[in-house]
Amino acid sequence: MVDLSVKIGDITMQNPVTPASGAFSWEYNDVIDLNRLGGLVAKTICREPRLGNPTPRMAETEAGIIQSIGLPGKGIEYFVDHIVPEYAKFKPPLIVSCSSDNISEFALLTEELARMPDVDVIEANISCPTRNLTGQNFAMHEDYTSDAVKAIKAKCAGKPLWVKLSPNAGDIVSIALAAEAAGADCLVIANTFLSLKIRTDNFRPALGNKFGGLVSPALKPIVLRMVYQVAKQVKIPIIGIGGVTKAEDVVEYMLAGASAVGIGYAGFRNPTALVQIIDDLERWCDERGIKKITELIGAVKDDDMEMDPLVAASHGV
Amino acid sequence: MSLEHCEKYTDSALRVGEVDRYPQRVAGEFIGEVVGNDWVNKEYKHLILKVHERALAAYAGQFFHLLCPTPDGAEVWMRRPMSVYRVDKAASQLEFLYKCEGRGTRGMGMLAKGDEFNIAGPLGKGFKLDPAWKNIVVLGRGVGLATLAPLSQLAAEKKVGVTAILSARNPDVVMSKDLFDSLGAKTLTVLDTDKTSDVANVEKIIEGLIKEKKADAFFTCGSSRLLKLMQQLGKKHGIPGQVAMEQIMVCGVGACYVCMRTFEIDGVKTLKRVCRDGPVFDMQTAVGW
Repeated sequence: MVDLSVKIGDITMQNPVTPASGAFSWEYNDVIDLNRLGGLVAKTICREPRLGNPTPRMAETEAGIIQSIGLPGKGIEYFVDHIVPEYAKFKPPLIVSCSSDNISEFALLTEELARMPDVDVIEANISCPTRNLTGQNFAMHEDYTSDAVKAIKAKCAGKPLWVKLSPNAGDIVSIALAAEAAGADCLVIANTFLSLKIRTDNFRPALGNKFGGLVSPALKPIVLRMVYQVAKQVKIPIIGIGGVTKAEDVVEYMLAGASAVGIGYAGFRNPTALVQIIDDLERWCDERGIKKITELIGAVKDDDMEMDPLVAASHGV
Repeated sequence: MSLEHCEKYTDSALRVGEVDRYPQRVAGEFIGEVVGNDWVNKEYKHLILKVHERALAAYAGQFFHLLCPTPDGAEVWMRRPMSVYRVDKAASQLEFLYKCEGRGTRGMGMLAKGDEFNIAGPLGKGFKLDPAWKNIVVLGRGVGLATLAPLSQLAAEKKVGVTAILSARNPDVVMSKDLFDSLGAKTLTVLDTDKTSDVANVEKIIEGLIKEKKADAFFTCGSSRLLKLMQQLGKKHGIPGQVAMEQIMVCGVGACYVCMRTFEIDGVKTLKRVCRDGPVFDMQTAVGW
């Protein structure tokens, strides 16, 4: 049977399947066994309580949903006292996503989280597209990314720092290199795509916050391309997030260079999807005689791609 | 199951008679088999599904999150939450009463006998009956009546008297009267067409029930206007109440924070998740919609 375990720096995960932050909470334990997952990813926490964005927070489009939640939460104290203990009941490593629009606050929040023994990884969400009306965030620019990651890294107390990047930046490879140079231990690629829907019945934006983030299987080829490009340039591990709905999608992300994946939409559509994908992944590897899933990381066969078009067109596939 | 079956999405739901891989979970993902899906009037349909036994644990006020077929060829991306109309344990069946209105419910309307339908649940916090209550008043409008029907079933089982006030636009869309009648409820129909559904008239009816000591608790669903009336009467006479709320949802389990509604507790306004904190809430805390 295949060994599905992967290592992200010092963190060992029993398989490469994790939920995406914001699309998951311990409450999914009502439906699936959380101990089966590669990791547990808590919804982004902010230091102060936040109500989040006005409703409606979700709208359907032709090719997926757009959503704008706005990082609601009861603040760090409630999180530490009530939410972390819920996650601590389960075995997979706890990855805590956190955010702020102010670097010193971000560092302070990181310090408070890193102090907790049950928190295994800090995931810096420097890329939420809907925390305010502009869609702006640190991950849109190398300099802001660098400043934020350096300040956060200094307060991680030795715990791994994963940095979640934005697909809305002009050149994600430059941002990735900036984050790596500033001390990121892993890159999470990517957050949602900044989007807009306007209702034709009343001429108003469909979401209360105007802009939303696109969540859809349609993101997979785009984010896969980003993961591929970044993986060629950085040395740290990558977690691919965008449009994973089945086991082969996990394989595809790993071939492109990801060490693990995050899943959002598929868990909304089928609440049991993550566990099913883990089962399918195991079978997929076993059927092909793959002994360790880590063999797949970066194993895309692309070194002979500069082909003569006439030669390529004479090939079977 | 081979991977050929799940080229597009995973296919992990439990069918009737299959071995339960998650027996200890309170909710699940199930594939029900359509037994019937008939029109009850011009606007509403009644779906009967044969389901795995774990899905039958649903109680009054809880909902299922439905993966509706497409009505138009384009994808229906999100599930649609819908409260349970009736649980028939003996026949292993779940029933839903719904208005064919949006894309999800129109797609649902196309289901035919023998089709498969993916549902997730049971989810949320439903109605609670205090043992001290001997007589309750149920006030519903439109599809809200479908949510209140299983409450009347629960009340009948617990020998609690039910007065059901059914509000509708016209006599053609009064629903569930037969079901409420068969459960032994005293039913009163109020209509827009003869103005009996006016708030003033409904208020008079409820005041009468209070005088007759037939109103130990209030229950409502489906109308912000009627909610406000019950809140006001509840406050005036010290009668407790519960309201079932609706909102568009994404995850249905409490993770995504899409389905928020405003509530006021001790003078402080806050947002709560309809899926997890409700969909049934203390009536006095609801701000309406």
